[in-house]
Amino acid sequence: MTEQRGGGQMLDVVIIGAGVVGCATARELSRYCLNVTVCERAAEVGQGGATKANTGIVHAGYDPMPGTLMARLNVRGNAMYDQLTADLGVHMERHGTLVVAFSPFERAHLEELLARGQANGVPGLRILDHRELMELEPNLSPEADSALFAATGGAIEPYELTLALAENAALNGVEFLFEHPVRSVKPISGGWRVEAGERLLETRFVVNAAGLFADDISRMAGAGGFHIRPRLGQYLLLEDRADYDVQRPLFQVPTPMGKGIVVSRTPDGNIIAGPTADDAQDKDDLATTADGLARVLTGARKSIPRLDTRQLVAEFTGARAVIAEQGDFLVEQGAAGFFNAAGIKSPGLTAAPAIAEELVLLLKGAGLDTTSNPAFIPTNTHVPLFRECSPEQQKRMIVEDPRYGRIVCRCETVTEGDIVRAIHRPTGARTVDGLKFRTRAGMGRCQGGFCGPRVLEILCRELGLDPLSVTKCGAGSEILAGRLRPEGENDA
Amino acid sequence: MKTEYDLIVIGGGPAGLAAATAAYDQGLRDILIVERDRFLGGILNQCIHTGFGLQEFREELTGPEYAQRFVDKTLEDGIPFLLDTMVLAVRPDRTIVAISPKLGRLELHAKAIVLSMGCRERTRAAIMVPGTRPAGVMTAGTAQRYMNVEGYLPGHNVVILGSGDVGLIMARRFTLEGARVNAVLEIMPYSTGLTRNIVQCLDDYGIPLLLNHTVTSVHGGKRVTGVSIAQVDDYRRPVPGTEREIACDTLITSVGLVPENELSKTAGVQLDPITGGAVVNQRLQTSVPGVFACGNVLQVHDLVDNVSEESQRAGRSAALYVQDKLPQTLRSIRVVPASGIRYVVPQCVDVTEQTETIKLFMRPSDVFKGASVELRTDSREEPLAKFRRSRLTPGEMVVLTVQGTVFAAVEADILVGVKVL
Ligand SMILES: Cc1cc2nc3c(=O)[nH]c(=O)nc-3n(C[C@H](O)[C@H](O)[C@H](O)COP(=O)(O)OP(=O)(O)OC[C@H]3O[C@@H](n4cnc5c(N)ncnc54)[C@H](O)[C@@H]3O)c2cc1C
Ligand SMILES: Cc1cc2nc3c(=O)[nH]c(=O)nc-3n(C[C@H](O)[C@H](O)[C@H](O)COP(=O)(O)OP(=O)(O)OC[C@H]3O[C@@H](n4cnc5c(N)ncnc54)[C@H](O)[C@@H]3O)c2cc1C
Repeated sequence: MTEQRGGGQMLDVVIIGAGVVGCATARELSRYCLNVTVCERAAEVGQGGATKANTGIVHAGYDPMPGTLMARLNVRGNAMYDQLTADLGVHMERHGTLVVAFSPFERAHLEELLARGQANGVPGLRILDHRELMELEPNLSPEADSALFAATGGAIEPYELTLALAENAALNGVEFLFEHPVRSVKPISGGWRVEAGERLLETRFVVNAAGLFADDISRMAGAGGFHIRPRLGQYLLLEDRADYDVQRPLFQVPTPMGKGIVVSRTPDGNIIAGPTADDAQDKDDLATTADGLARVLTGARKSIPRLDTRQLVAEFTGARAVIAEQGDFLVEQGAAGFFNAAGIKSPGLTAAPAIAEELVLLLKGAGLDTTSNPAFIPTNTHVPLFRECSPEQQKRMIVEDPRYGRIVCRCETVTEGDIVRAIHRPTGARTVDGLKFRTRAGMGRCQGGFCGPRVLEILCRELGLDPLSVTKCGAGSEILAGRLRPEGENDA
Repeated sequence: MKTEYDLIVIGGGPAGLAAATAAYDQGLRDILIVERDRFLGGILNQCIHTGFGLQEFREELTGPEYAQRFVDKTLEDGIPFLLDTMVLAVRPDRTIVAISPKLGRLELHAKAIVLSMGCRERTRAAIMVPGTRPAGVMTAGTAQRYMNVEGYLPGHNVVILGSGDVGLIMARRFTLEGARVNAVLEIMPYSTGLTRNIVQCLDDYGIPLLLNHTVTSVHGGKRVTGVSIAQVDDYRRPVPGTEREIACDTLITSVGLVPENELSKTAGVQLDPITGGAVVNQRLQTSVPGVFACGNVLQVHDLVDNVSEESQRAGRSAALYVQDKLPQTLRSIRVVPASGIRYVVPQCVDVTEQTETIKLFMRPSDVFKGASVELRTDSREEPLAKFRRSRLTPGEMVVLTVQGTVFAAVEADILVGVKVL
């Protein structure tokens, strides 16, 4: 890190994409004395792709075929999660996962998964009979026959992890550029020139972690070689209730009809059901469909019959980045000094820290100088949200900063203090969605109906924005369309 | 700060203010109102249209004017209130936990509590409208707040889903501000809004009301670019071939109000699965002794005048409870909705030594022309009471005033049903 950042100077690594893979890689690289910049087309960390919309399961690793990169990185990634979440102050619920069989015939498949898991080196796998299963998950359908229990499986909030990775990377010197879509990647002497938004970056190495668009980026760099198709997964998110609550992710044994629908509990306490798996063409169309949501509901009720749609809080779609030509993750040097992390579909969230390690190894092999950064701080200062604190702590917080005494989002008990802090953290929130994912303001029953106007007001005040320029998720998604009173009169 | 009160009223909207001032008139003095907003008056502060108070004051007032009547009475009576103070929990022992920037975290205790937290709007997500999730989709109440309180226009080219009253009012409001309102869509064969609002807010402005229609998909990546709409069949399923697209930048939803009962749950109050509010007797007392509920937190009213009347009863009852003057209950009669009726509030009537007139509030489950609402018991052929109505519709609440003798005469559940004449 000898030169000053700025015009024309050579960076060490440019990472394209601030999803979980890009952010994990950024954080991994921040252990070394390097100039690293992350370019992201979306307005916020983890908001541009699959990282925002997935099931949030920390997979144990019995699913991928033995010998694949996916199997190795899944199992390795899973093992890294305890340390990672402890360092970053991220909440993980590791109560195992279950694959449920609904007939003795399906039980045979559990044996197959068990064998596969053992071949992949997954610890803590066990088949449970009906009685043991119902003790663990009393709301499960009585039709459930047996299940594969994977002790190392868990659940996490993907955006929470990704934000924490980005924040830690930023703390350790990584630069993030949001709303900077990469338009070209061209070889220059000793490296690459990356055109991102209005910036031209010169760098020795490029890491392509652009999710669904990794094929386009690879083609820009002249590496090419693969095509990515979106495979859409639709979800229902519900408030929890005692008669359909679950304690851990519940998979179903795949049938000829499909891979089955997962019902899981997010660490924030919602029940999530999904995803469907439908191949699509348009990478930017994340619409839910009546048919898709109906399939999620029917599938989910096979496991948890009492799921109640009156408790719905949201429906959404995520897109898996599927490489047309192969089933495995693609983590490779696609051209000299240009690296791909492509086709990172499920279990990519779980594997992300291991993918980052793998990429750093490849970069090292290509000559990246990995002198340790003596100032590297592996931990984030975790400032808990108001609602997570004890009554005594809450008292103190309000005394120290009265803004903690003002509830902005009533559904999720988010205070003004929480919101202001989320704005001013490293890589802080700039949009309504960014605040929602950081604090849960607007994520509850009323979906921002109540707190929306207040959140907007705080964003304006803290960032000096004009209300008309506040967006849901970046330019083009402005919330308001005009003024009804002359400017200035609103601030009374 | 003082932590013990005779009565704490949670929510300073029309319901809370009516309850507090009625308790005052009943002789109670040690009252506290806790309100999370920066002003008293509740949702009415953003309802700047007229049409309030025709029953209560025999005058046509705007929402803020109507609320102000109760605010003035509260101030005259000198009833203390906390603003910017949110109640986070109510315990069954009538302790409340609240926070405020000024006062910090509070634990207060009361001999009686009135729950009057109002309601919230059902969202697009709650009714599973498929499509993308762009900016430009919001509830009518949120749009109302942006326009009437904050002073901003949420969009220029609007489709409204749901013909609830707030949606109808907002159709007019958008039009008056120069926005184009393409249509109001209603999935049912009838509007759930008041007839007067359909006439004054849609018909007068030439805005089409499409009954038996719904939005089948929302389009647009960042901001709404349009919606697909379709006609629906008797089972509310889209009819193939009727789908068409309307270009718009805003989708406003007005698809129902839901009582805001998170605190009632923490208090251990029994809830009615149909109303979403507490189960109460004619004194508005919930299943937790000393805890009363009124206004939109109890049942969604379509006229604030009814809210005021109901809440005054709650306030009086709470005062009598504190003064230990409530009459002894001899037995409780359940009031159960039967054919054609979705729910009845109160859900039970306590029979006492005194015979009192009882007001029953209910919503029909369908449109009926020339019908009567009848009270009967299972064992008797003849109805206990009969109320003729030329027209019943789910959009308009039915209020029956029943002689106390009807209840005094029976022991069993009373069924309330519609009989078409
Ligand atoms: C339905 C579904 C369910 C899943 N469930 C699980 C699970 O339970 N457990 C699990 O481990 N994994 C799961 N996954 C997989 C996991 O979500 C992904 O593997 C992971 O999020 C991929 O992260 P990423 O960083 O590679 O991609 P993304 O999160 O898609 O990030 C790519 C980023 O690149 C940006 N970008 C694209 N083009 C450009 C450009 N030109 N310039 C700048 N930036 C650009 C995008 O905006 C985006 O932010 C699931 C995935 C899906 C879709
Ligand atoms: C968007 C909208 C528009 C409406 N328009 C009309 C109309 O045009 N005409 C009409 O007659 N009716 C209208 N209504 C119905 C209206 O709600 C009632 O007529 C009336 O306002 C109900 O009074 P309330 O006191 O029960 O509820 P509200 O007016 O909602 O008052 C509840 C009060 O409780 C406070 N509160 C809630 N929770 C807490 C807590 N935890 N701690 C502290 N304070 C709390 C709230 O801030 C609020 O001030 C509308 C309702 C909505 C939601």
